[in-house]
Amino acid sequence: MSELTEPTGKTGPPASPASPASPSSPSAPGSPASRADEVPGSPGGGAAARLSVLKTYKLFVGGKFPRSESGRVYEVSDSTGAWLANAPRSSRKDARDAVVAARKAFPGWSGATAYNRGQILYRIAEMLEGRREQFTTEVAAAEGLDRAGAAAQVDAAIDRWVWYAGWSDKIAQVVGGANPVAGPYFNLSSPEPTGVVAVLAPGDSSFLGLVSVIAPVIVTGNTAVVVAAERTPLPALSLGEVLATSDLPGGVVNLLSGGTAEIAAPLAAHQDVNAIDLAGAATDETLAKELETAAADNLKRVLRPSATTDWTTGPGTERMLAFLETKTVWHPIGI
Amino acid sequence: MTQPKKQQTRQTRETQPQRGRQTRPATPAEPTGALGTTGTARATGAGGPLFAYAPAPESRSVVDIAPRYGLYIDGEFREAADGQVFKTVSPSSEEVLSEVAQGGEEDVDAAVAAARRAFGPWSALPGAERAKYLFRIARILQERSRELAVLESLDNGKPIRESRDADLPLAAAYFFHYAGWADKLAHAGYGPDPRPLGVAAQVIPWNFPLLMLSWKIAPALATGNTVVLKPAETTPLSALFFADICRQAGLPRGVVNIVTGDGSTGAALVAHPGVDKVAFTGSTEVGKAIARTVAGTRKKLTLELGGKAANIVYDDAPLDQAVEGIVNGIFFNQGHVCCAGSRLLVQESVAEEVLDALRRRMATLRVGDPLDKNTDVGAVNSREQLDRITALADAGEAEGAERWSPACDLPSTGYWFAPTLFTGVTQAHRIAREEIFGPVLSVLTFRTPAEAVEKANNTPYGLSAGIWTEKGSRILWTADQLRAGVVWANTFNKFDPASPFGGYKESGHGREGGRHGLEAYLDV
Amino acid sequence: MADVTASDAALRRFLHGLPGVDAVGLHARAAALGTRSIKTTAKAFAIDLAISMIDLTTLEGADSPGKVRALCAKGAHPDPLDRSAPKVAAICVYPDMVATAKDALRAAGAPHIPVASVATAFPAGRAALPVKLADTRDAVAAGADEIDMVIDRGAFLTGRYLQVSEEIRQVKEACRREDGSAAHLKVIFETGELQTYDNVRRASWLAMLAGADFIKTSTGKVAVNATPPVTLLMLEAVRDFRASVGVQVGVKPAGGIRTTKDAVKYLVMVNETAGEDWLSPDWFRFGASSLLNDLLMQRQKLGTGRYSGPDYVTVD
Repeated sequence: MSELTEPTGKTGPPASPASPASPSSPSAPGSPASRADEVPGSPGGGAAARLSVLKTYKLFVGGKFPRSESGRVYEVSDSTGAWLANAPRSSRKDARDAVVAARKAFPGWSGATAYNRGQILYRIAEMLEGRREQFTTEVAAAEGLDRAGAAAQVDAAIDRWVWYAGWSDKIAQVVGGANPVAGPYFNLSSPEPTGVVAVLAPGDSSFLGLVSVIAPVIVTGNTAVVVAAERTPLPALSLGEVLATSDLPGGVVNLLSGGTAEIAAPLAAHQDVNAIDLAGAATDETLAKELETAAADNLKRVLRPSATTDWTTGPGTERMLAFLETKTVWHPIGI
Repeated sequence: MTQPKKQQTRQTRETQPQRGRQTRPATPAEPTGALGTTGTARATGAGGPLFAYAPAPESRSVVDIAPRYGLYIDGEFREAADGQVFKTVSPSSEEVLSEVAQGGEEDVDAAVAAARRAFGPWSALPGAERAKYLFRIARILQERSRELAVLESLDNGKPIRESRDADLPLAAAYFFHYAGWADKLAHAGYGPDPRPLGVAAQVIPWNFPLLMLSWKIAPALATGNTVVLKPAETTPLSALFFADICRQAGLPRGVVNIVTGDGSTGAALVAHPGVDKVAFTGSTEVGKAIARTVAGTRKKLTLELGGKAANIVYDDAPLDQAVEGIVNGIFFNQGHVCCAGSRLLVQESVAEEVLDALRRRMATLRVGDPLDKNTDVGAVNSREQLDRITALADAGEAEGAERWSPACDLPSTGYWFAPTLFTGVTQAHRIAREEIFGPVLSVLTFRTPAEAVEKANNTPYGLSAGIWTEKGSRILWTADQLRAGVVWANTFNKFDPASPFGGYKESGHGREGGRHGLEAYLDV
Repeated sequence: MADVTASDAALRRFLHGLPGVDAVGLHARAAALGTRSIKTTAKAFAIDLAISMIDLTTLEGADSPGKVRALCAKGAHPDPLDRSAPKVAAICVYPDMVATAKDALRAAGAPHIPVASVATAFPAGRAALPVKLADTRDAVAAGADEIDMVIDRGAFLTGRYLQVSEEIRQVKEACRREDGSAAHLKVIFETGELQTYDNVRRASWLAMLAGADFIKTSTGKVAVNATPPVTLLMLEAVRDFRASVGVQVGVKPAGGIRTTKDAVKYLVMVNETAGEDWLSPDWFRFGASSLLNDLLMQRQKLGTGRYSGPDYVTVD
């Protein structure tokens, strides 16, 4: 539902007991005093601190920012338990809509030139650089890091976009090539994107980990349905604002927040999803096994989770290769 | 500026067509609409073409050329040690654009020393950081592309349509591509930790000044080398503007040094004992001299030299597109292209049809002011080059080939040569053997694929070739037989940073572009 | 050339022997021509020429006499504030509106503007041949000066070229009037359905051999209508046809051409491909409706130096 067509605004959903924007509850329980403290410039001790405008966090699907079709939200807290925001709790229908959006975006995105995709990923880095402060704040709150530690995570995430941007027109030269078959044939193998990839973002790294699983999926031309880390979804939802302003076509990346298990199950079973990255199930072996089993139904490519992934170290090509097919073309040679 | 002369095609048509079907007209006798009012008025005065394009000049004011430029060494502009300068002129008007420092041995020495000092820290940077400098340069090139396109057309004489749509976008794309390699060298197939060579001496030609700069500097920097680049004597300006882009990008001083000058400057640079790598694009003659110069040293050498490409048109070719490819192959950039399709090899069964179509198409080429957005063919880059083209074309005529050009009025100042077609050319003619580097196409015919390949390969050069046929297996067979570094099928003159470029035989050695282009700048 | 239509096999051999079309190269050429910069006097010339080439069209189920009369008035005097604006080339309507259009043009003082009528079960063309011929005769009898017919794409795509050719020939016959004159025949390929450029070239030659006066891209009723590459290819076809057969045939791109910028690109394409012999409403038309107002606004801009707006052109 878009902001424009929504009649009742934020006070509408009844499942929002601590709705901070409700005029009737300006100081509702959980409303973070810390946020008001962040506001710069209340220099005179006598002046009242300006009340900050809180952001309504929304999903990012098909290039738009809908709420969950279910109307549900859940409370997101910082590492000390203080309330930060109400995030949408996506339903299986939200997952379905996101798959439709990702599928619709696939022909255009996979058909774009590698140079074009590379420039767009680089543009994402440029846009992120300008919002470095915002993400540092969000990552610090989400992960309980000091500002320097959070800033390091954000910087690394920006650089990770740049790293993957450069791969767009190189991966084919590294993993594809001419095959010297024994006969009068031209024979060439090239990597191609597999299609729509469901991505469960890692739970232990709300932003660097998130970027590290999205970028390798889309740089090669796949489109993605991403389930944000359940406990720390805010940096992911904010990333949607960056993606929306980076020339990335709508639907290439779709961001859902909510219960990982709840959203992942329909995605893993979805017959129009081609692959799934289980990074977000790293701490739940039972869930990972269930999802992999469901994925077997249409033989999705599955990237199994690793409990020991260090998101700060430089990635190799593994996460790209996991979501690439190899196509080999034969053609006779003769007069 | 000249207008295309449609009369040319009218004269060569054998039969006047029947104007419409006998049963016409359904349209009533009285002229309707514009025909009765303004439509009969021509876009220009009577006698000219019906639809003449008014001048559409790109504004010169977007570029600010200083009256004098120094050498860019160690992050700063400085005069040549001996104070020598030379003038750079606009070949379309012979107007002096600026005075540029003539670098001498002392200046080369200073530049190499600056590059050497910069090499240690630059090569020690993490690849990801080097990448970000190159990405910055790519983006600034994109941002300033209009300014640089105008500058390039002024200094080189090429049409703004080409500098705007080809030179600048490609120059930025090469930087963008190689930026991405800087932190991925371990994946390039040259071992886990390939090392840069050191200081690269780079000498580039005048035909694509900024694009050739990007082909040289982008891979060199990505791999961790530092450079001293000498632009061509007649086209130094865009390289000097590039120095300003390095400044805007915050590139550490000494990583890129630009030393302008003539052939002696280039000779001093490649001979300098402090350089570890020599990369040259230009004539085969100079390339051979450089190869002799570096003989016996440990300098790694890559050369991208001349060509005499065959453009082979089989009888089952998509003819309209083949004609476009032939025109693009030889008249793009006034034919100042080392990989130009300067020899058309056309199968005899379609030769007349192709030549008729080619003449008709050539008559629509618009020769003139490089800054006019509708110009197809601009000015020849220098008096010297014009003399060389003229001499070879005259030799073609003297040796018995038949010469044809569409009627076109060439401007009275500047250096101009009309698009020219030679038919009845044989392999023995000079115009079939020597690189003309101008808008002159030599047409030869063949009867069988084997004959086409034999003639195509019968040259000391081996840079590029073209094949036109709708049959895929024949494309691949022909490509297999051709001794050329780049083979275009059903297209011509295509370049991409991901695609290696370079020649066989006397067209040079080494490849530029893509993963392959990294090798020239790595210790592998 | 006559013998190539002697049999289905002969016609197929001929059409499949035409030079192929490389799509990438065709697109590149069309795009390159699209970069021509047409300014000042050339632009003024092009705008008036484009207006004079418009087949001002309404082909809706909801068409009514009132709508057709309004269209005719607009075609006769496109810019009510500036009588120097050229008239359009023709008014294009369904057959049942032909008489209304003829009357309306007379009333508007422009009886010489021809009326074109789509016929042959436009736009699908899925009717028996006698129905198509009756449709055509009906339109001609009502006074149509030009007939825009559709080819049977089903027959064409299944290789029944002779059938397609024969239909065109018979529709051409049906265009004859009792006095021996005939309505001018435009043949629509619906290039969006032919899919390949090779097919467009074959359809062009097929139609020209069968007697088409004009070849036309599209009905305007499918997803893909006139495009610059398709039109370029058809211009090459009429150019080559005149060179080899000696008969000049016109070209009409239709559908999707809405802006002055687009129209000027098409005129550049005509100028540099078929040549200036085609730069006339007798040989090149635009099937369009909303294009006219954009041309008029640009024309006003050239006259006044100010950008115009939709309030200063008429909506009919």
